[in-house]
Amino acid sequence: MTTLLKAIGLTKRFGGLTAVENVSVDVNLGEVVGLVGDNGAGKSTLIKMISGVYPPDEGELIFDGKPVSLSGPREARDMGIETIYQDLALAENLDVGSNIFLGRELKNRYLGGLVNTLNRNKMREESARVLDRLDIHIPSLAQQIRNLSGGQRQTVAVARTIYWNAKLVIMDEPTAALGVTEQRKVLTLVRTLCEQGVPVIIISHNMQDVFAVADRIVVMRRGKKVGELIAAKTTPDEVVSLMVGAEAVHEMGVIPKALNGAAGSV
Amino acid sequence: MDNQIVLKKSLFRSDAVQRLLAFGALILLFIVFSIASPNFFQFDNIVGILLATAVNGILALGVTFVIITAGIDLSIGTVMTLSAVMTGVFITFWHLPVPLGILGGLATGAIAGLINGSIIAKMKVPPFIATLGMLYIAKGLALVFSGLKPIYFNDTPEFNNMAMSSVLGAVIPGFDVPNAVLIMFGAAIVAGLILTKTVLGRYTFALGSNEEATRLSGVDVDRWKIAVYTLGGLFSGLAGVVIAARLNSAQPSLGQGYELDAIAAAVIGGTSLSGGEGTILGTVIGAFIISTLSNGLRILSVPQEWQTVVTGTIVILAVYLDIVRRQQQ
Repeated sequence: MTTLLKAIGLTKRFGGLTAVENVSVDVNLGEVVGLVGDNGAGKSTLIKMISGVYPPDEGELIFDGKPVSLSGPREARDMGIETIYQDLALAENLDVGSNIFLGRELKNRYLGGLVNTLNRNKMREESARVLDRLDIHIPSLAQQIRNLSGGQRQTVAVARTIYWNAKLVIMDEPTAALGVTEQRKVLTLVRTLCEQGVPVIIISHNMQDVFAVADRIVVMRRGKKVGELIAAKTTPDEVVSLMVGAEAVHEMGVIPKALNGAAGSV
Repeated sequence: MDNQIVLKKSLFRSDAVQRLLAFGALILLFIVFSIASPNFFQFDNIVGILLATAVNGILALGVTFVIITAGIDLSIGTVMTLSAVMTGVFITFWHLPVPLGILGGLATGAIAGLINGSIIAKMKVPPFIATLGMLYIAKGLALVFSGLKPIYFNDTPEFNNMAMSSVLGAVIPGFDVPNAVLIMFGAAIVAGLILTKTVLGRYTFALGSNEEATRLSGVDVDRWKIAVYTLGGLFSGLAGVVIAARLNSAQPSLGQGYELDAIAAAVIGGTSLSGGEGTILGTVIGAFIISTLSNGLRILSVPQEWQTVVTGTIVILAVYLDIVRRQQQ
């Protein structure tokens, strides 16, 4: 299996707080990696180092066989690392096409590039094409994002990454705040991406989701990686007990089952 | 079923409704004042309203961009004054050619905007505070550079003619609409094109809509924010040149309070103070509402101080309607 991304010993400190400590993760082509952990476990910080938002204090990233140091999210995107954030990073008052092209607008150039105008038609056409390719249906591309449902927003965010030929897609809590049917659609989309050759890192609190799509599960706790499991060979109970720390489970006796239920419903 | 709900909502897009409402209000004002006084609907009086709208309208265009980014610019009034004074310094004191003096006036406004934008984007000072500071700085500098006295343009009549003669009147006899009015409409068209057709306009909305999302999309948020405030400053500079030409003098103590009229025009026209929404057409209508109102009330002999009270009431009403509509959504 080809390894697309190798993160080695990533560490990030904010003042006295070590948010992520010496975490290494591999992402291979054709797989979905689930990244789980309790609130404050350092999942988002780890993701932000991979997507260029935070420069790591220690450690290195090897992407596509080459060591990289990212100066910002723009550079990560240019290399093919696309991130879909929890708050979706969509501009609510702009329409679907404008969001897919946000930050990389297509332009008409006049007077040798002195005057540039937005090429709205082209952007709308291209948006329709990529949505078709992913079998996504949105009533009108002229809709402002705020008029779309949570699931539709999520699909717009995914469509954006696909349009820009993402090599690796990172999704932060993609199913939070979605209805059951929409959750299923998004998870199907994750598998579709993976089958089209784009590996996905998915962060989730929801054990059902993680087990539904992930091939491999990386567990974080208090900034450290505490486990890496093959999804087919583990159970939600085992993952949860790693998430909260085995000691905690022992102390609380019969708690694991209850915790699992709680984690499943978050 | 989902789709129907979505369609229904789009009919009630709040900025479109507000513009319609504002336009309706403007028509209503015209009808009411025309009935109340035979002097209102006269060519000369309408020209007076247009002329009164010119300066405030130009200021409002610039601040519309700033407000759409969810920012505010309180300095536009005194930056306008400073730009007028600098135009006077260049033309009357330094005897520079008029076109150069005008460019200098425009540049003064743009530089003030650039400084505003840099303080806000780079030093992370909230727009309200940064531009409040600039309000005082520009006010002080206008007094310093003018030597506390008005600067007159008596040696350069062409400067006054630029704003007050009528190109339209030369083409259509009797239709003597001063050039200042044309300058405002020209500026509005340019502003409209920038807002709807260019990347700057797109990012103006994106910043006000979700700044973090815009940043994460790889947009250099700081740079574009500075660009928006600079553009706002440029419009203040233009307003300064126009008011100086119109009055044939740069009045160093004039200008404070203009920012509120301009912000009110934008808000009445449907620009949302929480950002992400607004149109140039709406702002122009808003500016006309304000000047029509004060013109009509003056014709009805309502004292100046009561006109101000009415304007304040209308601003509160406009924002309140905006809030009600949002809650319905």
